Amino acid sequence: MAGHDSQAATAVDTPCTSGRWQGNSLSDMRRRMVDRVATGLCWAATVLVLLMLFSILFVLVRNGISGLRWVTFVHVTLPPGQDGGLANAIVGSLIQTGLAVLIGAPVGLLTGIYLAEFTATDGRLINAVRFVSDLLLSAPSILVGLFIYMIVVVPTGHFSGLAGALALSILVVPVVVRTTEDMLRLVPLSMREAAFALGAPRWRVILSVCLRAARDGVATGILLALARVSGETAPLLFTSLGNMNWSVSPTAPMASLPVTIYQYAGAAYADWTALAWTGALLITTGILMINITVRLGLGRNRK
Amino acid sequence: MDRSATSPSALTGAVRGNGDAVFATIVRCSAVLILLGLGGMVAVMAWGARGAFGRFGLGFLFDKAWNPVTQHFGAAAPMFGTLVTSLLAIAMAVPLAFGIAVWLTEIASSRIAGVIGTLIQLLAAVPSIIFGMWGFAVLVPFMAHYVEPMAAHTLGRLPVVGTLFRGAPYGTGFLTGGMILAVMITPFISAVMRDVFLSMPAVLKESAYGLGMTRWEVVRRIILPWSRTSVVGGIMLGLGRALGETMAITFVIGNANHIGWSLFSPGNTIASLIALEFPESAVGSLKFSSLMAVGFLLMLISLGTLVCSRLLLRSKAAGR
Repeated sequence: MAGHDSQAATAVDTPCTSGRWQGNSLSDMRRRMVDRVATGLCWAATVLVLLMLFSILFVLVRNGISGLRWVTFVHVTLPPGQDGGLANAIVGSLIQTGLAVLIGAPVGLLTGIYLAEFTATDGRLINAVRFVSDLLLSAPSILVGLFIYMIVVVPTGHFSGLAGALALSILVVPVVVRTTEDMLRLVPLSMREAAFALGAPRWRVILSVCLRAARDGVATGILLALARVSGETAPLLFTSLGNMNWSVSPTAPMASLPVTIYQYAGAAYADWTALAWTGALLITTGILMINITVRLGLGRNRK
Repeated sequence: MDRSATSPSALTGAVRGNGDAVFATIVRCSAVLILLGLGGMVAVMAWGARGAFGRFGLGFLFDKAWNPVTQHFGAAAPMFGTLVTSLLAIAMAVPLAFGIAVWLTEIASSRIAGVIGTLIQLLAAVPSIIFGMWGFAVLVPFMAHYVEPMAAHTLGRLPVVGTLFRGAPYGTGFLTGGMILAVMITPFISAVMRDVFLSMPAVLKESAYGLGMTRWEVVRRIILPWSRTSVVGGIMLGLGRALGETMAITFVIGNANHIGWSLFSPGNTIASLIALEFPESAVGSLKFSSLMAVGFLLMLISLGTLVCSRLLLRSKAAGR
């Protein structure tokens, strides 16, 4: 706070103390007041949004901490009053996000390579693909669920964990595309030239040299994609549906943390809502941990 | 690895060219897959919606009814809700995001700005269902007990504007939905703004400060005009996010098929309508088709917004 004030003072006071350039002192005071007010509002905006973040975290911990018991992790979801847990939802979430990354990351990786390395020959197509990939990055996730419902669930005749994973993989792809392309573009030209000079074919240069050099950044992108989809609820509602029983078969309806939270949060039973908060706490902690790790890792690499 | 990397050089040129061709085909295919993905989404929505558009025609867009009993459906109410909540969200998020971006780039020292900037970006990583639960547990009671009664007693008495603030203080409704969305999209908008502000040549700002401008004058007269296109692009990006947001809205919107001027009245959005009603509709029914039709409309609206956003942002991003 002190540093900010002195900084503000130098920025504002300089013209006033230098005498001759000073206009009429009334307008000068007005300018200074406006500046003070604007600065104050910027502080207020930042503090307000930080308060929102802390309020969310506080409410999650307050309501969810009581459910962090052994039972929550080993029992499956049970009818109210029977001391149920979240085991099937946790495992279902892990399976579905894992499958989603397994399906989506290779597509994203290859497309990212295409966007970064084939600019010379395929300029137009590349611009179109990059544009569409950026659109998918922000496309409404519930519509992705509808899409997979129409092309997977309706033809196969039943909801399945695999359909859920497919829906999530559509959200994985654009994140991986973006980071892979950005990271490959950071690889110095001299490394490529050195590899080409050794006589390596292009695919070899890209896979063994460029991709290796960009390895950390690409892994970061995949982790971020994992974090992004592990909290997604809307695409799973009509694809993997949810399952009250223990099931790890990808062809059967599968439980997931977000969908279970959604079903339990609005329930009238106290133990269900408590479990919903615990699930919310678990998922948020996991996602924020991944994000913090990635950001710390990136910060270290940049230095 | 090094040895094997050089070994292909011993192979004939034909084989080497072959490997490159295969690789190029694979990556090209995966890129085309992305185009097909988005194209497929639009096509499938349109295909699913044909029943509703065939039955109701273009009148579907302006029909307020949503009645499964009489088999009469219209998109006006959810579209109204989607647009109102998103515009409210933008109205609240833009000043917040702008304030944060100015604070991070112009006011805070770079060390502190790094930490706070990361915290703000963490807010963007919180899943939307968590925002929904937080809204339901914290924001809705707060609105119902304090904000809405207070606003109804003060602003609600004003002649014309008053209509906006009358109505029963349920806590849920358009205003609460807009507030949740505002909190969710603020990090996205402020991230775009901060990046543009940082990419501005320092000499422009320095010379303005050198001429004796105050900080606010530099922001208002130098930074903002220079970065206007990208700032608008960032706002459109936030709008695109808000339009398609589902889980957070579903918890706080109140879920009533309703069009009205009161900001406190419950309503629904396209996304919340789909989330709630889709599980109860049979494939091939008129309701199913109507839900696909509103989904198709949402697709068009949000893609349109995102396209505008990307076009606006591209002009600056190209120089990156």
